[in-house]
Amino acid sequence: MKKTLIAGLLAGVAVAGAAEARDQIRIVGSSTVFPFSTAVAERFGKTTSFKTPIVESTGSGGGLKLFCTGTGEGHPDITNASRRIKAKEVETCAKNGVADVIEVKIGYDGIVLANSRDTGRMSLALRDVFLALAHEVPDGACESADACPMKANPHNTWKDVNPELPDVRIEVLGPPATSGTRDAFVELAMEGGCKTFAGIKAMKKADKKAYKKVCHTIREDGAYIEAGENDNLIVQKLTTNPRALGIFGFSFLDQNSDKLQGSTVNGVAPEFEEIAEGNYPVSRALFFYVKKAHIGEVPGIAEFIAEFTDEATWGPEGYLADKGLIPMSDAEREEWRGAANGLQNLSM
Amino acid sequence: MTDPRQSPTETILASLPRRRRAEARFRIYGIAAIGVALAFLVLLIGAIGSKGIGAFSQAEIALDVTLDESVLDPSGTRDPETLSTANYRAVVRAALGEIFPEAVSKRRDRRKLMALVSAGAGFELRELVLEDPGAIGQTMRVWVPADDEVDMLLKGAIARESGRFNDKQLAWLDRLEEEGRIRSAFNWRFFSSGDSREPELAGILGAISGSFFALLTCLVLSFPLGVMTAIYLEEFAPRNRWTDLIEININNLAAVPSIVFGLLGLAIFLGFMGLTRSAPLVGGMVLALMTLPTVIIATRASLRAVPPSIREAAIGLGASRMQAMLHHTLPLAMPGIMTGTIIGMAQALGESAPLIMIGMVAFIVDVPQGLLDPASALPVQIYIWADSPERAFAEKTAAAIIVLLAFLVVMNLTAVILRRRFERRW
Repeated sequence: MKKTLIAGLLAGVAVAGAAEARDQIRIVGSSTVFPFSTAVAERFGKTTSFKTPIVESTGSGGGLKLFCTGTGEGHPDITNASRRIKAKEVETCAKNGVADVIEVKIGYDGIVLANSRDTGRMSLALRDVFLALAHEVPDGACESADACPMKANPHNTWKDVNPELPDVRIEVLGPPATSGTRDAFVELAMEGGCKTFAGIKAMKKADKKAYKKVCHTIREDGAYIEAGENDNLIVQKLTTNPRALGIFGFSFLDQNSDKLQGSTVNGVAPEFEEIAEGNYPVSRALFFYVKKAHIGEVPGIAEFIAEFTDEATWGPEGYLADKGLIPMSDAEREEWRGAANGLQNLSM
Repeated sequence: MTDPRQSPTETILASLPRRRRAEARFRIYGIAAIGVALAFLVLLIGAIGSKGIGAFSQAEIALDVTLDESVLDPSGTRDPETLSTANYRAVVRAALGEIFPEAVSKRRDRRKLMALVSAGAGFELRELVLEDPGAIGQTMRVWVPADDEVDMLLKGAIARESGRFNDKQLAWLDRLEEEGRIRSAFNWRFFSSGDSREPELAGILGAISGSFFALLTCLVLSFPLGVMTAIYLEEFAPRNRWTDLIEININNLAAVPSIVFGLLGLAIFLGFMGLTRSAPLVGGMVLALMTLPTVIIATRASLRAVPPSIREAAIGLGASRMQAMLHHTLPLAMPGIMTGTIIGMAQALGESAPLIMIGMVAFIVDVPQGLLDPASALPVQIYIWADSPERAFAEKTAAAIIVLLAFLVVMNLTAVILRRRFERRW
């Protein structure tokens, strides 16, 4: 009697494991794309006869790793990414049998430097951002690679960085090194400012490693404060500390525009239109990737792509814009919609 | 002591005030420590309570909707498929247009007007029609949820002059209020629906039932396994190097960070056994691994607390060791075992780290109906909401914390009551 019970239980578990004919799309990936992907998933589930897709927030890298482990029921169908897939990841994918992948660009996300409305709006150049936050800064004018000695960052106030900026201690709350937002900020803002020094720019060709080290290392003496992955926390801290500057995604500025203001970067304010037109320098493209082998196996994937690329979803008047996504230009949307719905393969 | 004329009694008497003062100081330190802890507790609960209380009410707007047959069911077949995919948003738009005829001419105004009611208004009309297709063709007053920003405005969390609403929208809202078309109602959606990206529609039922299924699995696995292990180790196992080793390992397991169990679950339950991702069954299995050491340690302690005389008397009267165990020691130890198990369960309920690895940290709209349906859990829901940009999710987060705390308090109270009622002191 007991034996049959145990055998029954084991069989039950085995059946549960085998009988997973999945009728629900599974999405993993970036936490930046998560708010948009979930909004589409919910709408998709409510307006079609398909089940609502499950969306996990695993980070861009973690998502691509899961995505590339193989094809079949146990692996996700779609992964979101706040950066483009890397050549190495495409290789891993192909090695594990995930040869055909569809790439869909969905829009842009601006990374803002914002402070409380109780103080003045900052007006920064990328060079200021680099000089304020880098671990090491050039000692002198740094006009060529040979004559560019570096020193530990001596700047204490914004005025030290640029005489036109206010005499306020540098205090920047930003994401930790594990975050995708941090990666993008370092690549776009820090490196962007770093490159304005002719000497460092020359270094890029000569010694790429040293160049990256100079441009991508953030100071660790307390001026840059790692405030955790939660952007809401940074927003809260900014309202209580008007002297501090925070780094986070545009949608959080959009939601808190009555309390916070975004600093202009290179003279451009982080506003919807400016980011959409590509004028704001610290913005990145967002993507999702679809496993072609699963289309037809898991119901609804093609329809999900169609829903995501619909004008009412990702257009300038669509509901993703209300959630803070910056749409692509009309021509770009047209192009990506065609490629995605034609199930065109990713080409690097 | 330096004074040779002083007798020992006098020395003691002389030191007495100093020692009494030291004792009084010690007591004050103790009371101060408790006071500080209590103050923090009150502050914490007060902060969460004052933030979360708002989530239990929700602004609603009354619309006189005409369920127009030509819009919802042009063919007149009442086919459920047609009815569920019909354009209910158009019905909502028409109802709003009737209240504000001046706003329908311009596309921009229409959008601003539609932004006042929740995106879920259409879905609620759909539910209404699917439940009673006879309602088509009628005109009725329906209270639909207001948009989350309107809700925040009415609760005072967003100021009127914040720039989030334009003057027209504010004027429309004022008129709705004058006409008695705005009310603040109990937010039943919060308890009856799953997660949503619209704060006014988001609920915790999905998370609660996910937590329930996971805890059920956890209890069914960890309680019998843990109790049997403990009984064997405590009552039957020989004392040798092997049992010592096992004992040390159990004690170590109790101190292992919970995320490690998540990794184990990913490798064994998902990788090797091939179970489904995001299923509460797997979540419960991982939580059971985590709870086992707690159950074993608590069970052993309560078995040890039963005096040996009871065992000896039973054996002396001819009972076998197993009979002495099952008939006498175990029933007497049961209250302690239950207490330990409930506390272990309460720990498991508050755990989110091990669930990340097995895919339960996910956006799931449908309320899970069984052990294999994808699900999240209460702490996971809190984490996801705390990370959302929409302002209204802040109060949902606090409200979900209140619900989680309520469950924890109930579980711990049960443990205390069990101990009080049934525990015997020897």
